[in-house]
Amino acid sequence: MNDILKMLAQRLSLGLVTLVVVSIIIFLGVSLLPGDAAQAMLGQSATAETVAALRARMGLDQPGYIRYFVWLGDILQGDFGVSISSNREISDLLGVRFANTLFLALMAAVVSVPIALTLGILAAIYRNGLYDRTVNIVTLSSISTPEFFVSYILILLFAVNIGWFPSLANVSADTSFFERVYACILPAATLTLVVVAHMMRMTRAAIINLLASPYIEMAALKGIPRGRIIVRHALPNAWAPIINVIVINLAYLIVGVVIVEVVFVYPGLGQLLVDSVQRRDLPVVQACSLIFAATYVLLNLTADILSILANPRLLHPK
Amino acid sequence: MKMNKPPPTPQAAAAQSAQSQSQSNAALAWRELRRAPFTAKFGLVVVIFYVAVAIFAPLLAPYGESEIVGAQFELWGEQFLLGTDNLGRDMMTRLIFGARNTVGIALITTILAFFLGGTAGIMAAVLGGWYDQLSSRAVDVLMAIPSLIFAMLLLTIFGTSILTLIIVIGVLDSTRVFRIARAVSVNVVVMEYIESAKLRGEGVRWITVKEILPNIMPPLVAEFGLRFCFVFLTISALSFLGLGLQPPTADWGSMVRDNATLITYGDITPLLPAAAIALLTIGVNFVVDWFLHKTSGLKDEH
Repeated sequence: MNDILKMLAQRLSLGLVTLVVVSIIIFLGVSLLPGDAAQAMLGQSATAETVAALRARMGLDQPGYIRYFVWLGDILQGDFGVSISSNREISDLLGVRFANTLFLALMAAVVSVPIALTLGILAAIYRNGLYDRTVNIVTLSSISTPEFFVSYILILLFAVNIGWFPSLANVSADTSFFERVYACILPAATLTLVVVAHMMRMTRAAIINLLASPYIEMAALKGIPRGRIIVRHALPNAWAPIINVIVINLAYLIVGVVIVEVVFVYPGLGQLLVDSVQRRDLPVVQACSLIFAATYVLLNLTADILSILANPRLLHPK
Repeated sequence: MKMNKPPPTPQAAAAQSAQSQSQSNAALAWRELRRAPFTAKFGLVVVIFYVAVAIFAPLLAPYGESEIVGAQFELWGEQFLLGTDNLGRDMMTRLIFGARNTVGIALITTILAFFLGGTAGIMAAVLGGWYDQLSSRAVDVLMAIPSLIFAMLLLTIFGTSILTLIIVIGVLDSTRVFRIARAVSVNVVVMEYIESAKLRGEGVRWITVKEILPNIMPPLVAEFGLRFCFVFLTISALSFLGLGLQPPTADWGSMVRDNATLITYGDITPLLPAAAIALLTIGVNFVVDWFLHKTSGLKDEH
């Protein structure tokens, strides 16, 4: 049991270090800019005195490491600063949008995880058969397709030609749950199509890897029926890789959402990020990247921790 | 002792076997190719087709790359085979030039990523010690940030020009190359022939180029194909978001974005550049899939 605690502590501290380094990189990004936020806010025509005054008010005259800690401290209290282009508090913008993004990603995950696991395990069991080969070709093609291509095909088919679903995922704060789900069907379907392919291939690889181990062959030679081998012998060891596959793909979903949000004009974090990059609104880009990166790091950390916890060899030490 | 034929000199024998070796290699490759599954052949044909279009783009295209030749959004017809785009440029022409620009830039970026990541990765395996530790940890951290997000952050900071695009994506992607190059080299570095080369007094450079590189080529070649697809998709995605290749350069990602309004009228023209992206990536993936299957002996039949 001590080993597990030690590994968990190790992983947690590594995750924490990663988060700190990521925040430093994102913070440093801004200091690399020619000029600074004060200059950018006031424009080229501002006099040197006004720029200096604003710089002092924003704390930009402090040395870099102090500004970093002030910045980090503010963020930990939920204060992301002020947007350059709209002059609004960034934290006001982020809350609703992050919730929208999570809603879309979660909706795609709820559909794609069961489908991908079932198809992947089936492909591993019936490997090299017709089913497996077909699935290989289909998923390979699906992975190779840009998300916006899938989105537009779905829009063309289901929004323009048949007219079942809206082509714009327009939601606001007072949209009811079912209207929200309805509006998100096409974006979620796009994400599902792309992520199922990834997840399925990874599941298949993990299971095949497992079925190739000597103890499974031993069980088969002893004459244990196939179903029992899978459930009693393979599955306990399969949980770790399967959990890994799921969480890695959830992390992928969080990022893949960016393009889908832009196509469907969905008011999420990804769209905010893209808009802000185009306007070069750095504080907002910083805040969005930080949230995306932190979510990604935390999900990967969760994957590691869960697979440590699900490992039978660690849970039942000799 | 009936030895009527004198044994050939060692040099002659070596030369002869080398010649027959290269001959049989070509023959072997050809035989493998003919026995390749349909998907691999399809992929090869697609790749060759794209390369040809990219090379001969100016000859194939009916108009100039950013020449305005008609009204906006003209329909498919005699004069404009696939109609015109949002500024009245010929769609077919832009598609053809897109092969050159989009694929070319993705290729340059991938080569850069391989040069950086490959060198650093092999060095990490050969030198080991603190250099290995330091570079591996640095790569771990860089990989902890999703690359599309990271690329967007960097492009906001450095601005969007083709050169920055190539450098930013190349550097970000080199982390993945580093991982695989290091992983495959570590297995080779512990071999006896490396040991004996070291004892002979060969330098790091010689060992890397003559002993390690030939032995890690197959996985690296496969990885090159996969990385190319990834880079190609990332650049297309960035261009689609308006952050990649900038106008008036013909580029598939931004073509989709510029003409996307047509889709709401049921016109499939904006999907063609997207399909062009998908087709090439699928082609490369099919070839790589077959290549991996052949070279790794990974045939799933344990």
